This record gives sequence, C-alpha cells and structure tokens, in this order.
Amino acid sequence: MNAPANTHPEFGRAAAHAEKAFVRRYIFSTDHKIIGLQYFFLALTAVTVGIVLSLLMRFHLVWPAAHLPFVSGGIMTPEQYLALVTMHGTLMVFFVLTTAPQGAFGNFFLPIQIGAPDMAFPRLNMLSFWLTFSAFLCMMAAFLVRGGAPISGWTAYPPLSALGDVTGPGEGTGQTLWLVSILIFCLASLLGSINFISTTIDMRAPGMTLMRMPLTVWAWFVTAILSLLAFSVLLAGGILLFLDRSAGTSFFLPAGLVVNSELQMRNGGSPLLWQHLFWFFGHPEVYIAILPGMGVTSQIIANFSRKPVFGYRVMAIAICAIGFLGFLIWGHHMFVSGMNPYSGLAFSMLTLAIAVPSAVKTFNWLGTLWGGKIQFHVPMLFALGFVSFFITGGLSGIFLAQPALDTMLHATYYVVAHFHLVMGVAAIFGIFGATYYWFPKMFGRMMNETLGKIHFWLTFGAVYCIFMPMHFIGIAGGIRRYADATGPAYLAGLQPLHLFITIAAFIAATAQLVFFYNFFRSLRAGARASNNPWNATTLEWTTSSPPLHDNFDGRYPNVYRGPYDYSVPGASQDFLMQNMPDEQYPAPKGPSDAH
Amino acid sequence: MRIERQAARATRFRSPGRGSVVTAVSLALFLILFVAATVYIFAEHLFPAPPPITSAALMVDHQYNLTLYAAGAAFVLAQLGLAYMIFRYRDRGQRAHFTRGHTWMEIAWTVITLATFLGLGIAGNRVWADLEILPSSDDPIQVEVTESQFVYTFRYPGPDGKFGRLEASLVSPATGNPLGIDPSDPAGKDDIVASSLTVPVDRPIELLIRSQDVIHNFFVRELRLQQDAVPGMVIPMHFTPDRIGHYEIVCTQLCGLGHYHMHSMLDVVSASGYTAFLKREAAAQ
Repeated sequence: MNAPANTHPEFGRAAAHAEKAFVRRYIFSTDHKIIGLQYFFLALTAVTVGIVLSLLMRFHLVWPAAHLPFVSGGIMTPEQYLALVTMHGTLMVFFVLTTAPQGAFGNFFLPIQIGAPDMAFPRLNMLSFWLTFSAFLCMMAAFLVRGGAPISGWTAYPPLSALGDVTGPGEGTGQTLWLVSILIFCLASLLGSINFISTTIDMRAPGMTLMRMPLTVWAWFVTAILSLLAFSVLLAGGILLFLDRSAGTSFFLPAGLVVNSELQMRNGGSPLLWQHLFWFFGHPEVYIAILPGMGVTSQIIANFSRKPVFGYRVMAIAICAIGFLGFLIWGHHMFVSGMNPYSGLAFSMLTLAIAVPSAVKTFNWLGTLWGGKIQFHVPMLFALGFVSFFITGGLSGIFLAQPALDTMLHATYYVVAHFHLVMGVAAIFGIFGATYYWFPKMFGRMMNETLGKIHFWLTFGAVYCIFMPMHFIGIAGGIRRYADATGPAYLAGLQPLHLFITIAAFIAATAQLVFFYNFFRSLRAGARASNNPWNATTLEWTTSSPPLHDNFDGRYPNVYRGPYDYSVPGASQDFLMQNMPDEQYPAPKGPSDAH
Repeated sequence: MRIERQAARATRFRSPGRGSVVTAVSLALFLILFVAATVYIFAEHLFPAPPPITSAALMVDHQYNLTLYAAGAAFVLAQLGLAYMIFRYRDRGQRAHFTRGHTWMEIAWTVITLATFLGLGIAGNRVWADLEILPSSDDPIQVEVTESQFVYTFRYPGPDGKFGRLEASLVSPATGNPLGIDPSDPAGKDDIVASSLTVPVDRPIELLIRSQDVIHNFFVRELRLQQDAVPGMVIPMHFTPDRIGHYEIVCTQLCGLGHYHMHSMLDVVSASGYTAFLKREAAAQ
C-alpha cells in the first residue's frame, strides 16, 4: 500500500489541458481519446468506400455488361476496374488496416492501459491525425481528376507508375495524387510511431513493468517500432518515385524504354529497386496491420475464458520475434521478379521461420481456451473468428513462402485468398473484436449483443465463402487484377466460383449494415455501461466509462500485478485488476509472470 | 475501498454464461463442417491445376502435395482443436483451471513447428534450385521473349544461332520492326520473329525474357513456371517440355489497362514439326 505517489510531471499538465470550446475539444483536440475516435471514424469512412469498391469489382467480374452505380459511363472499362483494384487495396491497407488498429485503438487505449494521462506528445498526436486526414482527402481526390484514379495497384510498380499517362489512364494526375497522399501518410505514421514509442517507454505508471504490460500494449509498441522503420523507407522510396515522375530522374527507369512506340529518354535506373524499397516497407506493413489484432485477441480470449494468457512471456517474445523477422523476409514478394534466385533460398527459409512465432501464438490462444470458462460475448466470437482466420490464412502462407510453389501460385487468386484471410479479415476481426469489447469504455454504453451475434455469424460465414473458393481459382490458374476473369480461355470454367464469391460478398457487405445500425443506435440508446462490464483486469477498466480528460480523474493508478490475473486460486473473485494490491488480494505464489 | 466497491459492482452486472450452449455448439459445428468441406474439395481435386508437361513441374507438384499434407494436417488439427475447446470449455458454471502456461509445451510446439517448416523449406528449395539455379543443359534452344503493352513477341536466332543486335530507337511496330532489330548487324538478317512460341518436344529450351516498356510476366500453368519481364534486364527461364500440345501463356504482372487480355500460345511440337515451323516462318519474314 505504500507505493510511491504517482507524480509524473506530465500528469498534472495533461489534466490542466482540458479544453471547453467545441473546436479545440472535438476537432483540433490534443486528447488522445478524441484523436483515437477521429482515427476510428476516418477508418470507418475509408472501409465503407473500400467495401463499395470491392462490391463493384465483384459485380463486374460476374456481370461485365451490367450498368453499375458510381461508374462513369455505366459499363465498367478495364481501366476503371484497375482503378478500383488500386484504390480498394490502398484504402484498405493504409486507411483502414493501419489506421484503425493502431491509430484508433492504440491511441485511445495505450495511454490508459499503462496508466498515463495522455500521449507523450499530444500536439504531435493531433498533427499525425490531421496529416492522415489530409492524405485521405488527397487520395479520394484521385477519383475526381481527369484520367481517374491510378491503375498500377497499391504496389505502384514502376515503370508503369513512373512515366505519366503514356503508360495508361490514371497514371497522370491520379497517380501523382496517390503518391502525394502516400507521402503525407508516411509522415503522419512516422510522427505517430515516435509518440507511441515514447509514451510506452516513458509514461508507464509505477509498477507497470514491461512484463506487466497488457499484450495489446506490447503489440502497439512493437507495431510503432515497425512503423518507424518501415514508413521511413517508403517515404524515401516514394520521394524517388515522385522525382522520377516529375523531375525526369531515373531512379527506377532503365535505358531503352519504348512505351507506346515512344522512346523514353531515361537511363541507369532499376525497376527492381522500387520493389525492394516498397516491400521493405510492405512486408512489415502486414504485421503493422495484424499485430494489434493479435494483441486484442489475446486480451479478449483471456478475459472471456477467465484465464491468464497461456504463456504470457512467450506471447510477448513472439510479438518481438515477428517484428524482427518481419524485416528480413520482404524478398518473398519477389521470387519471380527477376531477383537473383539464390536470394530466394534465404528469403524462403526466413519466411518459414516467421511462421514459427505465429504458430506459437496460435497454440497459446488454444492453450488459453483450454480449461477455461468460455463466455461467448460478441467480442469473444470475433476473437475466436480471428484465430480461425489466422490459422487458415497463415497455413496457405506455407505454400507461398516456397519459391518453387510460388512460381505456380504467384499473382493468382490463391494469393488474394491468403492475404485477405490473414491480414485482411483477420485484422478486421481484430478491429471488430476491439470495437465490441471497448465500445462501453469509449462511449459509456453497451452495444446490442443479439445484433452483434447476427453480425458475427453472417460475416464469419460469408467471409469464408468469399475467400475459400479463391484458393481453388488460384490453383487452377486464375490470375488476379484481370478486368475480365475469362480473359484466357481456360478460366471460363471457373466463372461459377466467381458467381458464388460475388453472392457471398454481397451477403458479407449487407451484414455490415447490421454493425453500422448497432453501432450508431448504441451510441444513443445502448444500455449504460459500468466501469468494468466484462470483469476485466487491465487499467482501462478501473476508470470511468468513458474516461475523463486526464483518464483517471487525478487518481493515477499504481500497478501491483500482471495484466491477466483471472481465476487466481484463493482470490475472493475471479479477476484481480492490475491496481489491486497484493495485501488485499493475495496473488498466487511465485512471480506473476512465471510459468 | 474504492477498488473493492468497483469490483463488487462489476461482479453483480454479470449474466453468467446465458445462451452459451447454443453458441458453443453452433460455432464448433460450423468449424467441423468447414474443415470437412475443405478437406473434401482438396482431397477430391475438384479444382485441379492442369497436368504438368515437364519433369521439373512434376517435382513442383510433388512438393505442393508434400506441403498440402503438412499444412492440411495442421489446418485440421488446429481448427478442430479450436472447435473442441469452444465446445468443451463453454461456461457451465465451472471454475476456470488456473494456469499461466507450460514451459515444456512451449518448447515442444516451437521445436516441432520449426522442424516441420524448415524441413518443408529445405525440400522446397531443392526443387527451386532445379528450376532456377542449376543450368538445365549446355545446348538449349534459345528463344527471346519480348513483352510490351500488351503483346508477346518471340524471336529465334535463325540458322546462324545468333540474335541480331537490338536498338531501342529503331523500335517501330508500324513499319514491321517491333523489336528494333538493327539492320546493320548481319547476325540479325536471319532472325525469325513470331507472335506465338513454338518449341520441339523433349529438347531443353532457354527463354530470354525481356520487356520494352513496363513490367510484364510470362506464365504457363502446365510448366508451373512464371517469370517477370523487367525492362533493362534479360532473364533466362529453362524448361524441357515432354508432352506435345497447345498451352496458354498469360501475363500475371499488372501492366496496364490491357493486362487481362495479354496472352499468347505455347506450341510444343514434334522435332519434324519444329523444323517445318522454322522453315515456314523464315519464308514469311
């Protein structure tokens, strides 16, 4: 009970910062919770656009002659299809899968979970959001310019992306806007990651040792380190591409290019250089999207199994191992790129090595469920769905990690199935789990459980119906990014599968209306949430729902135990919160993180 | 005191495990049916890749099957394990079994997955070495593949066995010189240019893959091989087809608005058919 008083100088300052005026409080706010919500609603907007784009694509693949809404001219042209491919991928990867798990939930909950009043640099935090928002507007503007949005995919490989509209419609102004947007986004992510790292290192409450941090905090922390190292490389690469486009340089352009019978006066660059720079960012980006989902899943599974996370220390190490190895395997995107085949050997083995900490995490989730007392609240359903998707999507990665198999599966729908399951919908399920789990804390109200369950079942079933058949299309040789899925004659036989997928996609999208209804209705009409509706253990549940401006109303917590003390033998209740001192709530024998 | 009050209030809120039987059983059943359907479709080869036409492609298929067994077993065990946990440990008012982990279990599954994955990786890399690293033959038939938006152009060296020099500034599809063959180079006089690829059966082939404008790809499913065509690079690809037939070549690298219809044909013909092809094409140049 005699822990040192919590006297971090930052604490008093943040409390004094509470703003009253609407604009400073809700628009240009420095409160990490408001900024988290801003990121959340930005991601919600982006994901809505992204889903609509994917529906248009699915519709076009099955009924190419149909008149479609939002499509100028009614009937979709190949370049419009590719613009949708590009913008769907870009919006989802950057503005949803990077923004929601880290920007939204990380911002809102990291400071509270470590017992801090705000981020280390609140104004920098505000700047990060507004840069991200500007990047979003810039990206959306690409739809409106002449030539439309770019057609070079979210990977923007030069020379296609570097020479302007001589290579295709959308490669003029559209591609420039895309590139500028990405550069702004990189800057925002760099500022954000510095904030996350500093906050985690400097602002933990007394007693919140590294090995007492919730796994969500571990995930956000490692994700921030990945962001810092990965986005800086994309920023550099993006600047070079921008110069190739606008200043006539040749970083990515070799001599002798003849585009549309027109000789390009460039010399000395290498298209592979962009791929190396892009994927040096692009692969860690996969983990930037999924690590926070892993953290949330661990937290939710422990909470609703009423058990400590099985192998907490191993889980934290696995997050770090994935983060480290994630930087050594970018070359597995380039097995058929013309890269020296000897490097394929190394990238292949390292890629298979990163599957080990991923598998270990899965075993530990199963270990946490084992012997538990599982309560099927909506967040738990999404966490279980996450585990199922992660298993399915992860195992197809074992094929793609081998260059000898990648030579038949690369750029087919098999790859589409793999990454959508493992970093797309798995991460989305992490976001949904987090939303249902933390909604009471964020808004002070509960979401409706029945609507939540309907949302889960429709989404879970439909998502498998969308992505499992894509494996079969890929094995049969179905190529992705084809505006007409029946291009090569042999693909015509796969159209029934495409029809099945399109129907499933419409069901999945419709199910999201249930989520939106539940979300916005619960904002106003949900049952009032108590401080700790899930009987959880981490610090965000010790404070009011929603938390006040300084998070703890001036009474900053001291931390006495690890993050997941559920069902501790001898304790008077089945959860011991991190701020409950041992004297009152005796812990089991031995250090709290022992195995 | 405050903390205790807070905890007591939260405990009262809880509705212990209501409805969990229906959810647990449905979710477990869903996972079981999902696994059964997936295993059925893979085991019955309902959506197969076409038969391979090289011995190397056969090795790719072998490695694919090996990986399928390992990943398939892991898939079935993990999904069914998840289903079992969901059903067996649903909230029935029991007390959760308190444990923080098990060191030996962690070590065991780390070592087992590491050994399995690295074993697969080593086996896969042997196949990769055969495909891409070890030279397939001393005396292959060379064909140059030039890709541009959105066509394939194939060039044979002709009787002299030498490709004529290319000059980017001479590229002119309109005047019948789509590759920019330099007329001042005698080696180029007998070069044969064709719009589809014809090769003899049972002879080692070396393709020299290049691109004029953006990145393209060369993919034939029956070869189980694909290779990007990168401007500024000439990338070799080796194979020895052992089955006469007509196969589709497709582009798998996003190359612009015509990407989806960029394709050509690979004709594997008899030795005499190949001689006749060369004669016919030489006359047509």
